[in-house]
Amino acid sequence: MNDFAIASAVGLTESPPATSELAEGARPASTPVQAQRILQIDSLTVSFDGIKAVNDLSLAVDQDELRVIIGPNGAGKTTLLDMICGKTRPTSGSILFKGQDLRRLAEHQIVRAGVGRKFQTPSVYEDLSVIENFEISIPQGQGVFGSLLFRRTPSVRSRIEHVAEQVFLADALRRKAGQLSHGQKQWLEIGMLLIHDPQLLLLDEPVAGMSAREREATAELLDRIARGRSLIVIEHDMDFVRSIARRVTVLHQGRVLSEGSVAQVQSDPRVVDVYLGH
Amino acid sequence: MSFDIAVMQFFNGISLFTILLLMAGGLAIVFGLMGVINMAHGELMALGAYMTYLTARAFELWAPSWMGVYIFFGIAVAFATTFVLGYLLERGFIRFFYKRPLDTLLATWGLSLILQQAYRSIFGPQEVSVPLASWLSGAWNVTDGIQLPLNRLFIVGLTFIVAVGVWMVLYRSAWGIRVRAVMQNRAMSGAVGIDTNRVDALTFALGSGLAGIAGSVFTMIGSTNPGTGQLYIIDSFIVVVFGGVASLLGTAFSSFAIAQSQTTLEYLMSGSMAKVTILVMVIVALYFRPSGLFTSRVRT
Amino acid sequence: MDAKRDFSEPLAYAALAVLLLLVLPQTLDDFRLNLMGKYLAFAFVAVGIVLTWGYGGILSLGQGIFFGAGGYMMAMFLKLEASAPELPDFMVWSSVETLPTWWVPFRSLGATVALILMVPTLFAWGFSYLVFRKRVGGVYFAIVTLALALTMTVLIIGQQGDTGGANGITDFRTMLGWDILSDEAKRTIYFAQVGLLLAAMLTASWIVRSRLGKLLIAIRDREDRVRFSGYDTAMIKAAVFAFAALLSAVGGAMYTLQAGLIAPGVVGVVSSVEMVIYAAVGGRLSVVGAVVGALLVGFLKSWLSESFPEAWLFFLGTLFILVVAVLPNGLAGIAGRFAHVWRPKEVPSATAAGRP
Repeated sequence: MNDFAIASAVGLTESPPATSELAEGARPASTPVQAQRILQIDSLTVSFDGIKAVNDLSLAVDQDELRVIIGPNGAGKTTLLDMICGKTRPTSGSILFKGQDLRRLAEHQIVRAGVGRKFQTPSVYEDLSVIENFEISIPQGQGVFGSLLFRRTPSVRSRIEHVAEQVFLADALRRKAGQLSHGQKQWLEIGMLLIHDPQLLLLDEPVAGMSAREREATAELLDRIARGRSLIVIEHDMDFVRSIARRVTVLHQGRVLSEGSVAQVQSDPRVVDVYLGH
Repeated sequence: MSFDIAVMQFFNGISLFTILLLMAGGLAIVFGLMGVINMAHGELMALGAYMTYLTARAFELWAPSWMGVYIFFGIAVAFATTFVLGYLLERGFIRFFYKRPLDTLLATWGLSLILQQAYRSIFGPQEVSVPLASWLSGAWNVTDGIQLPLNRLFIVGLTFIVAVGVWMVLYRSAWGIRVRAVMQNRAMSGAVGIDTNRVDALTFALGSGLAGIAGSVFTMIGSTNPGTGQLYIIDSFIVVVFGGVASLLGTAFSSFAIAQSQTTLEYLMSGSMAKVTILVMVIVALYFRPSGLFTSRVRT
Repeated sequence: MDAKRDFSEPLAYAALAVLLLLVLPQTLDDFRLNLMGKYLAFAFVAVGIVLTWGYGGILSLGQGIFFGAGGYMMAMFLKLEASAPELPDFMVWSSVETLPTWWVPFRSLGATVALILMVPTLFAWGFSYLVFRKRVGGVYFAIVTLALALTMTVLIIGQQGDTGGANGITDFRTMLGWDILSDEAKRTIYFAQVGLLLAAMLTASWIVRSRLGKLLIAIRDREDRVRFSGYDTAMIKAAVFAFAALLSAVGGAMYTLQAGLIAPGVVGVVSSVEMVIYAAVGGRLSVVGAVVGALLVGFLKSWLSESFPEAWLFFLGTLFILVVAVLPNGLAGIAGRFAHVWRPKEVPSATAAGRP
């Protein structure tokens, strides 16, 4: 049992928000087929200033799956993640996470429901130390009074150290996050997600700007954390994709172009056309 | 309400609209296009007013027979002075605060205090006013019941000319294209050889110049004292923010909406309650549309 | 929270307490001590601004609203007592026949105190929560608070019969029978005020040291990341803003007691922006610094207005520019650099503090 579980048993965590009403046409989670699907996206569309960044996109991710999303720039990959985690509201379509409609929830409610998001450029608290970055991300005492009374107990500390070790930052706890290298910041961000134990992780370009060795370490890290969790990873580096991916979705102009294993997708003539054609 | 009174009320609204537009127009260019919050904008208006006052005095002393037309020179002098001052301000002060809007706000507030005191020391704390040329006094009797003050008609006409002029500069001139290019994509503009520093300075100067014109024109309807600028700055900001910061058209619509609402409400309730009602309505409207009337949806 | 022992803050507190409780009362005459009391009233606001602006990144240019609310409410109580059993004089002059309903609760000190503590706080909380939920940015929030300050000023001045108009409310005599005009009473009020201020400061420091303080810094620098860590940032910002409003209201009430009057000037835009400068001069990240800043600027204001009246606005304007351009951490930042010489100290950087 980890500390978070202990804490929630003792009643120190925030209770999860009430499930919002299911979107029309959504199947309840009790159906065997749906129970396996952790994320169900149907006909998702969003437009900015008349341009459809995501256009009638449908996607399904199973529980414990590691899905990689690739596609040329402007294909709508980041926008898709933005809509799942609540940063952007879709114009139409539905997003079901464990049967729950995410469109009605605020960002922090989506996080508490079990979704974690890592941003394209490392988004850590530069002025705070690494340990403080982790500490803030602990899903305990997240209300005003809760955070006033929050104490760094030994169990909190050990949980932080455990996660820090997983993301290769055990030695850097006291350093200001702003002083970490680019790759370390990415790891820190992943660690900040891990610490609240999400069931679905959205990682936007986790190895961008990393050295070859860092990429290897990250591949191994992702492999580890994918056990018992679902991951959606956006990446450009095809070698990295090959090393971690089981199933790949290719996006183009806001739609799904192709889906399958790495080999299938790479030999799909439509994908070849988009990447090499024109 | 009779037809005559309705027409005159509507005209009051138009008159206030043009005044708000002149005040807020310069601010819209500076705040809207450049993202610079210049809390000293009101003091630039006051400078325009004081320059006009000086022009009037100069004419009184040296060219009394020309007093009928001093106002045109006054406006030109006001524009020139504030344009130059704006240019110098941008180069020497404002540009150090780019990308820090809250700091710009406070720094320019400090500047406004300094300018207010400067006016007090130079011109004295009492109010100064300028004589109104004879051909502008009185009213145009459109019909028996409808009388439109000539000075306000002049302001309406002038605002129209200024608005057209600004539009032509921004949308029809070579320099206007540069300004819009820099505002939309600074890096690329620099890469194609546009002197972005110069464009910034000239744009700020244009906004300041408009403030000068506004101040100059105010002398026709009121007197000036060192604190005049502060009276108008908040209203100007509210007009700009309500209209949608990045949109000059929004500023125009916002001025019109606020002006007509204010004059209508003033007819129905006391002046202060009308003002309070307008402010509350704007605050509520901003709650529902924080980026103002005219916005575009952009991926943040 | 941090294992590092840092003595500079307790030291600063001790020095300030000694200054306020011992040095000033001994060395200043009653008149000057009373002036100090007025500046200390603004110090309450400055402490709140340290939390909201320095740590939270929320710039409010309308703290005068809450300061004024507290001040006016206290004034209403004192005025009712002073003019009882008749109506306050300005009402009589405006031909008001009976006491307006909303004045009635202020006959009781208990109700007055409760309203001073609750009304500005609840309003600030509700209003700011609605606004923050909408992700209204820093600049817009600042301008909306300006607009609110302006609205309140116009309202107060316009409704002369209800509020005393531009002249404000004055001519108090007693508080529950105790003569507040005597020198001795003023001294007592001074000490009570210092006590309240120190309590407020300690609370603010406690907040800064807690996880809530770190959260505020995180929200200031990267609010969306904080949201994506599961926090309702609008609620947190609103709570801090409400606390600052509470402090300002208490300050306003104290101001009325010290000054013997309240006028719409303290509610308005000019006053509200000045209050921001008190915090900025002292150090927007330092609770003690903000109080020192308020005292210092207040003192300079009286002195310059007396001796070189023309110089005051020049000075204040330059101060605004200097603090923003060169001294983002104010005097506390300078003091901190000196402390660095004999003891390393981690000061949360202020480079991000200017961000909207």
